[in-house]
Amino acid sequence: MTTTAATDVEKTTDDDESGTVLQRLAGTQAVWILGVLVVIVAFFAISGGDRFLSTANFSLISQNLAVLAVLGAGMTFVIITSGIDLSIGSVLVFASVISAKLMSEMGGDGAGVVIVGILAAVVAGAAWGFLNGFLIAYAKIPALIVTLGTLSAALGLAYVLSKGINITVGAESLTDFGIYTRFAGLPALPLLALVIVVIFGIVLHRTRFGRHTFAIGSNQEAARRVGIRVDRHLMLIYLITGVLGGIGAVMYLAQFGTTTIGGQSLTNLNVIAAVVIGGTSIFGGYGSMFGTIVGLFIPAILQSGFVIIGVDPFWQGVAVGAVLIAAVYVDQTRRAAAQRGAPRVKQAKEGTK
Amino acid sequence: MTAVLKAEGLTRSFGHVMALNGADFEVGLGEVVALIGDNGAGKSTLVKALTGNLALDSGVIEFDGRPVTLDSPTTASRLGIEVVHQDLALAPHLNPAQNMFLGREIPAKGVLGWLGFMDNKEMRDRTRERLADLGGTVRSLSSPVGSMSGGQRQQIAIARAIAWADKVVFLDEPTAALGVVQTKNVLDSIKRVRDRGIAVVLISHSMPEVLEIADRVQVMRLGRRVATYDGKETNVEQLVGAMTGALSLGEVSNGKEAA
Repeated sequence: MTTTAATDVEKTTDDDESGTVLQRLAGTQAVWILGVLVVIVAFFAISGGDRFLSTANFSLISQNLAVLAVLGAGMTFVIITSGIDLSIGSVLVFASVISAKLMSEMGGDGAGVVIVGILAAVVAGAAWGFLNGFLIAYAKIPALIVTLGTLSAALGLAYVLSKGINITVGAESLTDFGIYTRFAGLPALPLLALVIVVIFGIVLHRTRFGRHTFAIGSNQEAARRVGIRVDRHLMLIYLITGVLGGIGAVMYLAQFGTTTIGGQSLTNLNVIAAVVIGGTSIFGGYGSMFGTIVGLFIPAILQSGFVIIGVDPFWQGVAVGAVLIAAVYVDQTRRAAAQRGAPRVKQAKEGTK
Repeated sequence: MTAVLKAEGLTRSFGHVMALNGADFEVGLGEVVALIGDNGAGKSTLVKALTGNLALDSGVIEFDGRPVTLDSPTTASRLGIEVVHQDLALAPHLNPAQNMFLGREIPAKGVLGWLGFMDNKEMRDRTRERLADLGGTVRSLSSPVGSMSGGQRQQIAIARAIAWADKVVFLDEPTAALGVVQTKNVLDSIKRVRDRGIAVVLISHSMPEVLEIADRVQVMRLGRRVATYDGKETNVEQLVGAMTGALSLGEVSNGKEAA
């Protein structure tokens, strides 16, 4: 990120209107919502003291966010194309059941077992992603309907395969990685999630693939007319989101050592809420990966903070709901105002006179 | 002059409506052909068919003397045919430079480009040049196109088409939303494009504009071409007469036959 910022500062010398990365960021919803996050953290830091601000607490929060962040990376792409993926939690459950079942049937703790487990989860996730993408992009069924269907189907199949009994993972090298491994003092899973999110953030904001994603969400017909293969692109995005669901499944198994078939019913909505709180427009064409991460932290910090200061943690749901609605409202009014007055353009014009 | 793009007997129906009913058309390099007709005469449908945006029921399209099948906008683009649609077809959330190079992004140099990274500075610089060529009033290259005026958006769309078309450019009512100065700018840039040896097809409702700029005028009515006039020898009465059907019986042509 620092290198891109530096190059953009140079550009501003010959292009006084494009602004630096920082200036452009300042105008985005993500930064506004980052302010909200900072306020929340400050509030709990004051009222919760060291117990809230401790390394252990933030390590725990980041552990809990790791899987959601990986799912959120895919969901950000999906929502920017003005699509939706409701099936992601079920896909995660399905992939984790397939993976855990295979690993327990192979038995043992070898690298081979873990690799098979990982591949199985990724392939299972990819299969659902492919199905979603095919039905949405080529069969032209609305994403809401398709993913509502696969939400139900993937979970149903997970129950069929597991007969409703959660499968424990015997491969300790996988669970040890999830629980104990640290790099430079950071737990492995959040670090892995961070790497994935940064890569997808760069792809979204810096590459052709990302630019085409925005274009499709902004005006699908325009994208088609300039020769972007819209159907293939949408297909790929849902496929990637499925793959990330599979990776999330492995991370989940590594973290908890067991499947939780009934425990992911709100995962999809939590991820979608995080993406939207982070300023990504549900109507497509606008959004950022950075915002999604901020949007993930707000519910997690609220949850943790409420527990620490002794407020019934069920209030977290209420607070997140309020933040979600407020975030979208503020975003809409802000953009409506920008649309009416185009203030940034106007200022630029006045500046040149 | 030989026609670079030529169409014969194009038909296309939507249910019971014959949008194109044996329409003919031709345009040569370095000339401006105006395509006029009342609403529903089939101008926009014809343009769609000639730019790969519409499948035909029957008819032949020839490009450079060879029959071609324009089955997608990409095919048309590859031949050097571009179009500025009436509804602009810009992505409102993207900025002018991003729109200009949408689908044709300039890759960054070296390995980064191979990985899909883009040369944003180069694209911005070229966009600024193109807009300046057009005498445009677009000042910010970083604001989303959706926050700009209709005229500015039109300029971006025209600049984009002209930047990519090296054979034929279609302009579907390019000046409909523009003020006097901007209209003049657009007409000037159309002349500039023509002088570069590119064929320009202008769809317009403004008769003075058509008479000012067109080398030939082709009039459409009820899905077919009913008349072709030399731009310098015709007048508003004649054009309106042909458009409304008050004048024309069969196909009239007082201009030099293009083909």
